[in-house]
Amino acid sequence: MSTTYKVPIGPVHVGLKEPVTAWLTLDGERIMDAKLRLGAIHRGIEFMARERNPIQVIYLSERICGICSFSHVLAFIRAIEDLSAIKVPPRGQYIRSLVLELERIHSHILWSGVACYSIGFDSAFHLGMEMRERVMDLLELLTGNRVNYGVATFGGVRWDITPEFAKATRDMIKFYRREFTPFRDIVMEDPIAQARMRGVGVLTKEEAVRYSAVGPVARASGLRVDLRKSSPYEAYSDMPVEPVVPQDYFGAAHGDVLDRFAVRVLEVYQSLDLLEKILDGLPDGPFVAETNLNKVLASLKKAEGVGWGIIEAPRGDDTHIVSLKGGEDNVLWWKVRAPTYASAVSWPLMFRGNELADAPLIINSLDPCVSCMERTLTTNAHGDSNIITKQELIKRCREKTDTLRARGGETR
Amino acid sequence: MKFCDKLCNKFGDKFCDKIGEMLKMNSMLKILPKSLWVTTCNSGSCNGCDIEIVATLSPRYDIERFGMKLVGTPRHADVLIVTGPVTRFMHDKLLRVYNQMPDPKVVVVVGNCGSSGDVFYKSYNLVGPVDNVISVDVYVPGCPPRPEAIIEGVAKAVLKLEAIEKSSRAPEAQREEAV
Ligand code: SF4
Repeated sequence: MSTTYKVPIGPVHVGLKEPVTAWLTLDGERIMDAKLRLGAIHRGIEFMARERNPIQVIYLSERICGICSFSHVLAFIRAIEDLSAIKVPPRGQYIRSLVLELERIHSHILWSGVACYSIGFDSAFHLGMEMRERVMDLLELLTGNRVNYGVATFGGVRWDITPEFAKATRDMIKFYRREFTPFRDIVMEDPIAQARMRGVGVLTKEEAVRYSAVGPVARASGLRVDLRKSSPYEAYSDMPVEPVVPQDYFGAAHGDVLDRFAVRVLEVYQSLDLLEKILDGLPDGPFVAETNLNKVLASLKKAEGVGWGIIEAPRGDDTHIVSLKGGEDNVLWWKVRAPTYASAVSWPLMFRGNELADAPLIINSLDPCVSCMERTLTTNAHGDSNIITKQELIKRCREKTDTLRARGGETR
Repeated sequence: MKFCDKLCNKFGDKFCDKIGEMLKMNSMLKILPKSLWVTTCNSGSCNGCDIEIVATLSPRYDIERFGMKLVGTPRHADVLIVTGPVTRFMHDKLLRVYNQMPDPKVVVVVGNCGSSGDVFYKSYNLVGPVDNVISVDVYVPGCPPRPEAIIEGVAKAVLKLEAIEKSSRAPEAQREEAV
């Protein structure tokens, strides 16, 4: 006789950094099915933006997520630049790419450390965290902040690269080339770590396509996707970026946790190479188009239309779409599509057939950024939240078209 | 010979005690009578503060040298670190975590958005800041605060624990009054 049990995990759980609830259906130790309940930390950021002007929203968008804060800021700023006439000088573009790569390094090392922590490999966790401090120092040196940098602005960046900073960056690159390899080998060649990660949480290439996984998760399943190659932005058009896929290094892509680990670790090396190229090719000239924010605001007040920006964040594609209305200070609407949401759909697939003990590892293997993801929740007047079903969404979508037709195409 | 011994030879034992007093060593030891076990609850933060809390565990900041330790369950913890502006959904969960902790307990809010809301204002889904939900003893401002500041905030929690211990009233009664 087989009995199945339902085990809830979360929302507050040791294995998770952020609140998310998962109900796992178990048969013995095996996970048969998984259901996720998202929306625990939905803050209504897109709604809040409607009462603020674009410059205020820069700092709001930074706080969508503290780990990939720069990616969100940049995607938002590029969306605004897309709809208005603001141009970014080349030096500003290079500095933006530089911060993006620094952020990728810090995010990937953090993730590798946390992954080791969740399999109980504490010495590797501490090794990783110690190493991560080096890139945090550098970010602090450039921007003055460790986490929410506040460095990007419309038309460029707020701080320039000084010769000292360039030297510190080169020192850091040397440091990581020397010190990061032992860390990688300690984890990836450890038989126990291999046993814990190989074959766990598998997402095949077909499934990755069907469930539209993005970023390192998709690459670990063998898909060659990287926005830095397919639609280069900022300085990436000057330097070739090849997507890191496991089959190039190990012969085959398994799409399991070990492959996701490998992809992220190899991307750290890739980022180091890119940093070097950015420093070598750094153009002279101004790093921001306009320093007078009042002028920028005045020009944005006149801008009208819809703009979009899309960035390869450490976790995958991050898309922002913004609309401004001429003559109004505030943002008309703003939509964020964060990478974790795209990848989270494949969580239930990864769970199937694995053991309960692997659940936190599988959840972590996506490098989930729950605070980015929480945007599909509706709340009624009593504060009870209900999640919209697909049918309902389609129904609402149709109704909206009808009302639009009735109004003769007016959106408001 | 150690520097301290040299001084002792020159000025006598009393001197060393004096220095100890000046450095508040003795009171430190009295204040830190036990090691604090800390648990965290993310009530809707942007993750920034949570990474910095993880950074306090890292070898550079190493919270364990103060005898503090991050534990996985609120049932074992003395100190609760809360981050984030408290969303509607997390409101009950936060209360539950708080109620699961044994007495005496201290609540530390890390980050601007938990202390005051910060950039998160005028939203339909927030019930915070944290002190709207549970009573808070220490606020650590910053967005996010540096790991050193977080450690200091937790260390300050000790003062509160000490006060609870000193007071003749039962900790229960005192907290209810605070609430
Ligand atoms: S205080 Fe700032 S960094 Fe910390 S959780 Fe809030 S918004 Fe994020």
